[in-house]
Amino acid sequence: MAQVVFTPNLQRHVSCPPAVADAQSVRAALDLVFAANPQLRSYVVDEQGRLRKHVNVYVNDRMVNDRVSLSDAVAPNDEIFVFQALSGG
Amino acid sequence: MSNVLHVGTRKGLVTFTRDAAGWAPSAPAFIGQPVSAVLSDPRDGAIYAALRLGHFGVKLHRSDDRGANWTEIAAPAFPAVPNPDDKAPAVDMIWTLVAGGADEPGVLWAGTTPGGLFKSADRGASWSLNESLWTVPERAGWMGGGYDLPGIHSVLVDPRDSRSLTIGVSTGGVWRSADGGAIWRLTGQGLRAEYMPPDMAFDLKAQDVHRLAACASAPDIVWCQHHNGMFRSTDAGETFSEIKNVQPSVFGFALGVHPHDPNTAWFVPAIKDELRIPVDCKLVVTQTTDAGRTFTAHADGLPGMSYDLIYRHCLDVNADGTRLAIGSTTGHLWVSDDAGRRWSQIHGHLSPIAALTFG
Repeated sequence: MAQVVFTPNLQRHVSCPPAVADAQSVRAALDLVFAANPQLRSYVVDEQGRLRKHVNVYVNDRMVNDRVSLSDAVAPNDEIFVFQALSGG
Repeated sequence: MSNVLHVGTRKGLVTFTRDAAGWAPSAPAFIGQPVSAVLSDPRDGAIYAALRLGHFGVKLHRSDDRGANWTEIAAPAFPAVPNPDDKAPAVDMIWTLVAGGADEPGVLWAGTTPGGLFKSADRGASWSLNESLWTVPERAGWMGGGYDLPGIHSVLVDPRDSRSLTIGVSTGGVWRSADGGAIWRLTGQGLRAEYMPPDMAFDLKAQDVHRLAACASAPDIVWCQHHNGMFRSTDAGETFSEIKNVQPSVFGFALGVHPHDPNTAWFVPAIKDELRIPVDCKLVVTQTTDAGRTFTAHADGLPGMSYDLIYRHCLDVNADGTRLAIGSTTGHLWVSDDAGRRWSQIHGHLSPIAALTFG
């Protein structure tokens, strides 16, 4: 199970406790988290499902390459970090 | 007179209330968060605040207890497209929120960048894109005006017929619908764009309308602050006449119309394009009471030297046309209790003001 962790700055706006997801891609992992916490979705991705411009997602220490489809692979025990970018502030 | 003023700023929403001691601010709501639009719905007393979070997108909140508590509601969003690429539309900003007619409780309109018009029939619980406007062929010629993306900043709902809508697009002209938004027509003959090649100066879709406002008691009278001028319509926005030679400038963003006197309107002039400052760094409010034939520039109570710009949603007129408020890009807030002749600063240390409304 991958761990999904959100920046504490997002907690200010919407509940987003750490979660676990049995998934093989970033998209699948986030979709599982959003299914359990629907309000969180629009804070991380836009209405087209793309990562918001000023949100960054890392799989362990790698920033995701595919910000549109979020197809980057996830392995069991990976950690997915959802951060705010330094841009956009 | 309205004794409540909601002020949306770069760093939150501040509500001012006037009592015998003067205007006093509330503790800010959404502190630190950019507010892009505010609506005080006269039909049910609800207040709406649109946020444009730097990282986390566009959000919308409603208060049903005059701002004491807020609930996040749905924000307008474009329909998801299959296999989206970078060009698929997404709401960048809610630029204006407008209540529907008195006979359609719960109906709201939202104008956005990148140019989508959205409607809610349920007080913001859900929203739908107005597809017929989004798909007009002329939209391909809409351009950004100040912002990178084109946007809808003005939505006029005719108080005589809630299906009669007039919207302003920056930059994309004036559009009208007689059937609640099913069919749209590009109107605005007479608007003139001097920033376009000469043969395109009167191209309807090239008009950079900064703000439209109608007289509540005479809705066929529509005033327009445009990128290169001031205009007035006597046929509800079908055609416009240009108002020229107004000192100190015909450029500006904000516009207020007297609710009962269609000959009275207020503007806040500035220098356009590269400068974007008050003329001679001196903030004034210009007022006409004769349908634009003559104007008086009011400076009493306004600073002698400043860089304050009053953006298009930052001038409001109360229900009887005697009390006005303006809020500036440098966080100053002024109120006039004599129809704009004299002004009093009620706060000077807010963050940049994006929108304000009595309510």
